[in-house]
Amino acid sequence: MPKRFLPKLFAALGAVLLLSACKAEVLAPTGDIAAQQRDLLVISTLLMLIIIVPVMLLTCWFAWHFRSSNATASYQPNWSHSTKLELIIWAIPLLIVVTLGALTWVGTHLLDPYRPLARVSQTEPLSPDQPPLDVQVVALDWKWLFIYPEYGVAAVNELPVPVDRPIRFTLTSSSVMNAFYIPSMAGMIYAMPGMQTTLHGVFNAPGEYQGLASHYSGAGFSGMRFKAKVTDNAGFEAWIETARNGKVPLDRKAYLELERPTENVRPAAYTSVDPQLFARVVNMCVEEGKICMAEMMAIDAQGGSGLAGTVNMSSLIYDKHERRGMREPVFGWEPFKVVGFCSMEELDQMLAAKPASSGVTPIQSGPLRGHGMPQPVTPFGGLEDRYLTLMQQSFGNVQQL
Amino acid sequence: MATVDHSTSLLLGRLNWSAIPTDPIVLSTLIVVVLGGIAAVVGLTYFRLWGYLWKEWLTSVDHKKIGIMYIILALVMLVRGFADAIMMRLQQALAFNGSEGYLNAHHYDQIFTAHGVIMIFFVAMPFVTGLMNYVVPLQIGARDVSFPFLNNFSFWMTVGGAVLVMASLFVGEFAQTGWLAFPPLSGIGYSPWVGVDYYIWGLQIAGVGTTLSGINLLVTIIKMRAPGMTLMRMPIFTWTALCTNVLIVASFPVLTMTLILLTLDRYVGTNFFTNDLGGNAMMYINLIWIWGHPEVYILILPLFGVFSEVTSTFSGKRLFGYSSMVYATVCITILSYVVWLHHFFTMGSGASVNAFFGITTMIISVPTGAKIFNWLFTMYKGRVRFELPMMWTVAFMLTFTVGGMTGVLLAVPPADFVLHNSLFLVAHFHNVIIGGVLFGCFAAIAYWWPKAFGFKLNVFWGKVSFWSWVVGFWLAFMPLYILGLMGVTRRMRVFDDPDLRIWFILAALGAILIAVGIAAFFVQVAVSIWQRKDNPDLTGDPWGGRTLEWATSSPPPAYNFAFTPVVHDLDAWHDMKEVGQNRPKAAYLPIHMPRYTGTGVVLSALAALCGFALVWYIWWLAAVSFLGIIAVSIAHTFNYDRDYYVPVDEVESVEAARDRQLSGIGA
Repeated sequence: MPKRFLPKLFAALGAVLLLSACKAEVLAPTGDIAAQQRDLLVISTLLMLIIIVPVMLLTCWFAWHFRSSNATASYQPNWSHSTKLELIIWAIPLLIVVTLGALTWVGTHLLDPYRPLARVSQTEPLSPDQPPLDVQVVALDWKWLFIYPEYGVAAVNELPVPVDRPIRFTLTSSSVMNAFYIPSMAGMIYAMPGMQTTLHGVFNAPGEYQGLASHYSGAGFSGMRFKAKVTDNAGFEAWIETARNGKVPLDRKAYLELERPTENVRPAAYTSVDPQLFARVVNMCVEEGKICMAEMMAIDAQGGSGLAGTVNMSSLIYDKHERRGMREPVFGWEPFKVVGFCSMEELDQMLAAKPASSGVTPIQSGPLRGHGMPQPVTPFGGLEDRYLTLMQQSFGNVQQL
Repeated sequence: MATVDHSTSLLLGRLNWSAIPTDPIVLSTLIVVVLGGIAAVVGLTYFRLWGYLWKEWLTSVDHKKIGIMYIILALVMLVRGFADAIMMRLQQALAFNGSEGYLNAHHYDQIFTAHGVIMIFFVAMPFVTGLMNYVVPLQIGARDVSFPFLNNFSFWMTVGGAVLVMASLFVGEFAQTGWLAFPPLSGIGYSPWVGVDYYIWGLQIAGVGTTLSGINLLVTIIKMRAPGMTLMRMPIFTWTALCTNVLIVASFPVLTMTLILLTLDRYVGTNFFTNDLGGNAMMYINLIWIWGHPEVYILILPLFGVFSEVTSTFSGKRLFGYSSMVYATVCITILSYVVWLHHFFTMGSGASVNAFFGITTMIISVPTGAKIFNWLFTMYKGRVRFELPMMWTVAFMLTFTVGGMTGVLLAVPPADFVLHNSLFLVAHFHNVIIGGVLFGCFAAIAYWWPKAFGFKLNVFWGKVSFWSWVVGFWLAFMPLYILGLMGVTRRMRVFDDPDLRIWFILAALGAILIAVGIAAFFVQVAVSIWQRKDNPDLTGDPWGGRTLEWATSSPPPAYNFAFTPVVHDLDAWHDMKEVGQNRPKAAYLPIHMPRYTGTGVVLSALAALCGFALVWYIWWLAAVSFLGIIAVSIAHTFNYDRDYYVPVDEVESVEAARDRQLSGIGA
């Protein structure tokens, strides 16, 4: 019996491994951007295998063939130089790196997270009257907050989005650095306190996808997960409707409550959102009466408020004490709050400012050029194949030069 | 840590009973360590070894003994770092299906931080520093390093840092920030207790040692080479050591400064890396990686040198492409300063910046690739003897190429966007650090052991260790590559997808195999010492070596060479053997040698004490120990009894003993 058991065990183990390996989301993503990132990953692996495989084979062969017990192998103890060989061993890796470098340059620009999407999927071009869905993301301790400014609702640890609609995420964090990662959609980007980053992505198939925090942020880090729920447009609208009919609004007070550290938070929705909330989070002035970073920078840009200002506003402590059982530096200042002094109109104007990428119209290609440059004409036309597109776009630019 | 008592007192700062951990795992470790410590003290007293230990080892300024002590430190810390590793593997294999595993977040987060810090700063660094210390002066035909006392002091500062990090296990806590302690998480607001302070002062104290040792070895290589040894006749290991020390001297000050800025943020409320008042955490991340990337090459370059020496010796052949090897090393040294941004492509830099740093990173793979080819063609038309060092080298070549490939993959920014911070990345750097640095250290130990102790290592246990390590490594880290491709990120404590579990179990099995490999290594050392009479090395040249360290006896006399050798060719000792040059046997001169001193031990103990006091805000103790450091340093300058001459008759008797030994075996 034991003899029979072992092969069965191995077969079962093999089957389990194969099955779970099928879930390699990075290699089989559903989003167009992640798919292009995967393609680049595969192409560069293949390129490198051109040199890795021969090296590994040669290592085994040389080590075996020139073993000391093999008297038939030739032995030349003083042979230590060959210009031809040297040329080859420097030139071949260099050629591969040149190729890979070109791919990298083009690919990095094409798949820049700040770049508005040029198409919905491999087969579907972007329709000009469909603006991207704006989602504002705040990494909290330890959960994700998603604000839909277009619809005035918000969700925690749950990201309902429509399929095949480009999404523009603007991200920030409330306390420490974090990273926003949906493996199936478009790679990851850091979310940082007091700063704002952008990520463009799209889902091309309905379903539930895992999303996670990928930059360690403290004790509750492991439970900082969410599901991206991708449905058709009707399903998404239905969710918006349910959220709007909810009871809990997300105003500044509710946000400050939500911001406190909690772990393994269940998904929840908010019926309405303070339209200035995200801008205030980025500017670290959600608390009532606190000066906004943009306001302070504007004052500084005009020369600051002079010596008097150091007395008036010598410290702005955003890292609130109640949050993680905090303490101030042993030799540091006593923390105190600074009150803003812009007029309400000025403040509204400042906080309503759109993110930098919001007015940019998507462009079709031209990776070696910045946004808004005319698209280079290529003799190859609009071919679909991704592998070729990368190369042809770079050729197209070369001709223009 | 709701239970921590943050109140401070004048006498003990914030040190109080809440600092003693109550976690049963830590507590039992503490008990074992205390019992082990008592046993060691009793043993040393019983066998009356204190005097011997103090006079012959702890106060030694002999570069050989210091080198050996560095490696002992590395091995001790390897056990600690590995204990952390296997606890993580166990936790990740257990924490499924709603289970929280057996470690809470506070404990687990300390473990992965400590694992990284210890493995890099207190395992890999002492390993390479120890190797360079032992081998470089012998290879360049010198009697010691340029500044022997400084060498002793550097070693003890490294120990001081290690002691502080180890103390954090039992008094207080260690950082829960990841091994580079990124702010704002490492700021006082989010890490209010002592963990990050232990991290800061442990690294600062050890960093003093590393920087000074870098200066010391750099000067030694530049100024103390034997006559005739031009730069392009230096052994390749010495070349890589030279480049490594250039990197140390140029990059460690950056680490020191970055940590000072973090210290100021934590202690006096400056705002370099805080969220508000103009602070910027991205600045810390840039600065720390400007040190961090060269650090990677500080670790690997000396081992590239080891592999070159081993391949050439065990192929019975000159190293293929010596000068291209040298230029490759220098290229890597320079390029290692222009790639740091590839550690954070996802932080939102523009596409052109990302692409620039991605491409520079790829360019580094060209000289590295050239090195691999050079080792290949060194074996070509050679006579390859598969002794232990050569086995490690072949395993390295097969393992490291895979790590190199995944490294270049991660250098492609769009690919990095999906793989950054994932287990794929974790698998990559373990692939190059274990497959490169650690395999290299084991190759080096097997290779130079007979030189250091006069007998070879046991081959059977060496092979057990080798196969357990190699198979264990592949089993432990290939699953992590796959998990990374499944979108699993690092530093996770609990998982919700049960399909991932099988891979974590496989990885844990791999870690257990590695544990067997580590145990087998210690058994190998014990068995070899026990049976040292069976494997003696009487010639001083057991492998048919090619460089000067094999020209002297095993173990070498304190003064290394009775006469400074004169070098005529690249492989100096091989050349001497070829032309049949005899060892000069008369007209000895008195030999000028440095005297041993205990100042290094005292200074390091004071520095560790000062660090401990600063961690716990015991200001009076910090002030007293700091003044103590200054006072002892000044007092040491009045110690004029720093050197002595080995008299001619002593040299004669040592050399005559060696003659008898050589003629006894007919050499």
